[in-house]
Amino acid sequence: MSTSAERSWTVRLRKRAVAALPPEKLLPDGQPTYVASWIYVFGVLSLSALAALIMTGSILALKGPSWWHFSSTGHFFNSLHLWSVELFFFFMVIHLWGKYWMAAWRGGRVRVWITGAVTFLVAVPCALTGYVSQQNFDSQWISTQAKDAMNSVGIGSFFNLMNFGQMYSYHVFLLPLAVTGLVIAHILLVRRHGVVPPFELEDRLKAARAGATDGASS
Amino acid sequence: MSAEQRRRDDEAAREWKGVYRHYDLVKEASIAFGVVLALALVLTILFSSPDEPPSTIRSWSRTNPVDFVTTAVTELDGSSVTATYGPPYNHASSGQHIAFIRLQKWFGTNIAINAAKDFVLAPLGSMPGTSSVRAAVATYQSASASQQAAWTTAYTNALDKATVSSADTVSIPAGNYGPVAPMMASLLTFAQTGGLDGALLTNKQFYQTDYTKPLMFMADGAVLSDRAAAEHLGGDQWGMMNETGAYPGQVWLWLYTFWYQIKPFSTSNNADILVMAVMGLMSTLFVLIPVLPGIRDIPRKIPIYKLIWRQHYESLGPPPTTVQSAIEPPMPPAAAAPG
Repeated sequence: MSTSAERSWTVRLRKRAVAALPPEKLLPDGQPTYVASWIYVFGVLSLSALAALIMTGSILALKGPSWWHFSSTGHFFNSLHLWSVELFFFFMVIHLWGKYWMAAWRGGRVRVWITGAVTFLVAVPCALTGYVSQQNFDSQWISTQAKDAMNSVGIGSFFNLMNFGQMYSYHVFLLPLAVTGLVIAHILLVRRHGVVPPFELEDRLKAARAGATDGASS
Repeated sequence: MSAEQRRRDDEAAREWKGVYRHYDLVKEASIAFGVVLALALVLTILFSSPDEPPSTIRSWSRTNPVDFVTTAVTELDGSSVTATYGPPYNHASSGQHIAFIRLQKWFGTNIAINAAKDFVLAPLGSMPGTSSVRAAVATYQSASASQQAAWTTAYTNALDKATVSSADTVSIPAGNYGPVAPMMASLLTFAQTGGLDGALLTNKQFYQTDYTKPLMFMADGAVLSDRAAAEHLGGDQWGMMNETGAYPGQVWLWLYTFWYQIKPFSTSNNADILVMAVMGLMSTLFVLIPVLPGIRDIPRKIPIYKLIWRQHYESLGPPPTTVQSAIEPPMPPAAAAPG
């Protein structure tokens, strides 16, 4: 390769990306045999629910925030959006609990855990801004109540839950962008580091040590 | 971290040398997406979604004119929640704090609301062709603070004996209310025609998206809280995680709303900042679990992992005779590993 090519930022970026995540690692066609439990399903279910709520949210965004109040089709897509959100959080919470009990941060996977946990935390205000953007009684009540918590820590002075325009912007663009970006980072990290292996069994280790000691003494 | 734990973590960092099974990532993701979409569809068909119409100042002033007028007087005399709130709306108080930490005050008054001017005096001044109302407003504004207080106090006390006519007007016993009585009567009429809903939105431009003022005004009355209590949305009803009707709401806020139900949060004037601090701390700990001794070790001590990896452990067979064979996975059959 020529020197100019080696100096190219594009080439360097490509080399680093391919080195970190070669295609067979990015889209593997095999998994370690220990990846065999129903708990593993909840990661991909969370991802699917996110895709479903982005899809339904995009349809709602295409027609504007008032559409679903006056159109049965709009109400249908709003319902799909609501249930996708409920499923997203349900699957994500189970996924997080599962990963906690697997101590899935082991083996250099701390960033995998952190991106997952931060995704959950960012998804909470993402949902909140959706609730206050509904333009119904729910929005009125939630915004007037939740403002006190925001105001108490100073956030309310620049994040006004009663400002529909601001909340709608956060809900349909800024926070979904953050959630999606975090999820992409999370998935890439999972692909890079692989699925965390099982704990070694203490009784197997003890038996092995006992066996090794017996062998040495005989 | 002990040397033993470090060794185990190093083991977990190693690339898996054991058996791989065939796995179609894209197929699994596609099936999962289909399942989730089908689930959402079934839930939509079965339960739809709630959409309770919003309250308006017009509807409030018609269905409960006494509460509307009572609220308007508190805005005028500066005793309402909004008028006494503090930052970010005004300087009436310094807001909530923990010890010397006064974030509410430090971030300033960026959404200025003068309750008397914005909710009562300015809307009355914007009413077309009402010279008598403007004269009443002028009289009120030119009076001394003590005189204003005497009028509003007398009017507020009289509202206890208020009656509502068939035309939704409020009648109170005769008394010395000065210009407050005609001001409130005019504001009620203005509200009942829908004029006040628009007047509170108006600022410097044609397009409007900021509902802070009408919402703050309505929140000072009982119109929102009465509906919320009926829909089990009150703060003491774990309302933060509820939804209108029988729908699940923001259930993921259960822990957040939990703190509001117990002391010292439930009785503190600084409950919001205290709960935010607790949740902020817990959220930080949640993110940092991998580096927190104790919390990160619980999964090793409570062997739920044996259930999760039951199949794997069963596949390992009888206990090994060497330490090395105990920590290494069974070797794959020839060509079992991908790539």
